[in-house]
Amino acid sequence: MKFAILVNEGPYTHQASDTAYQFTKAAIEKGHEIYRVFFYHDGVNNGTRLTVPPQDDRNIQKNWSELAAAHKLDLVVCIAAAQRRGILDEGEAKRHGKGEGAANIAPGFRISGLGQLIEMGIESDRLVVFGD
Amino acid sequence: MPLGSLRKAMLHTVNKSPFETTALQSCLAHVSKGDAVLLIEDGVFGALKGTVASGDVWSRRVDVSFFVLAPDAAARGLTKDRLIDGIGMIDYGGFVDLVAKYKASQAWL
Amino acid sequence: MTTEPAKAPAAKPAPKAPKKFLYVNRKAPYGTIYALESLEVVLIGAAFDQQVSLAFLDDGVFQLIKGQDTKGIGMKGFANTYRALGDYGVTKLYVENESLNARGLTLQDLQAITFEDEKDGFKEKPSIIPVTRAELAKVMSEQDVILSF
Repeated sequence: MKFAILVNEGPYTHQASDTAYQFTKAAIEKGHEIYRVFFYHDGVNNGTRLTVPPQDDRNIQKNWSELAAAHKLDLVVCIAAAQRRGILDEGEAKRHGKGEGAANIAPGFRISGLGQLIEMGIESDRLVVFGD
Repeated sequence: MPLGSLRKAMLHTVNKSPFETTALQSCLAHVSKGDAVLLIEDGVFGALKGTVASGDVWSRRVDVSFFVLAPDAAARGLTKDRLIDGIGMIDYGGFVDLVAKYKASQAWL
Repeated sequence: MTTEPAKAPAAKPAPKAPKKFLYVNRKAPYGTIYALESLEVVLIGAAFDQQVSLAFLDDGVFQLIKGQDTKGIGMKGFANTYRALGDYGVTKLYVENESLNARGLTLQDLQAITFEDEKDGFKEKPSIIPVTRAELAKVMSEQDVILSF
């Protein structure tokens, strides 16, 4: 089956991103296809490359980036939510004049519009929401 | 009970404790016969025996299948004997299976 | 460290029959961003020709109270946006009676939200559909995709 995952909360403060990650991993292990993982509201904060979490606990951003690399996942960060919260790719950083090196999107994540959320609802067999 | 032509059995997830928010209560007020409810994250406290909320879950067990995400219960020190009798304990793989089994899922946040 | 932008997926497969999308609103406005940002999804989603409806229950009914004046809190009010939903083809806003009653509200406390029915001479009709808890449960059980925020 094709699964679409919606993550509504940022890393660490809520368990949503962890649960979504464990679910996504389990779905892959069971042979399902992950159509897309969409990050909305504070969920966009999962996609910053700038976190330096303590070494003795999980690194949520790296978990997602590595899972995406291993399984060619499409991790999408909503542009509107990202702009509000300061997650930028090179294009966005340039467009908004944020200066050299401002881009902070993590590997494996891409910024796109809310249409990608609707589209994943249309194209997938199951859409699961993880939030607060 | 046969389902109406448009009605599909649903999976509901509840991730908050019933002592913190009304999410579990609201979920149970909107489930239909044949649906499943999965308690995840802090929602697993809704499966505890002997609480003021236990009756909410217990009373619906005839119509609705209840499950607890076992890793979340273990994380919170809740062993099976402390949970409502007969509640299904599943892992993340079981969670995936539930989502696949039911036509749609609704997160009560 | 340079970041490799992830590649966009390949072209979409052929379009499917419209799905029933339900947007569930259970939270009050302004204390958190969920009400506003879920509305933004609805507006974008309107372009996709799916069968869209919104459900307002629990504290979500507070999103529709008329006379919201946000000047004092320094936030942009967005109550007007609900009235634009009709223009976007979103014409079904289910409001749960029990949630209103529990909060001492009636339909008269909510703003009037209408749409022009192109199938009926563009007559103006209410978008708000008051429902009982049982009726809303039935609506929920008929959905293909349920988005909660």
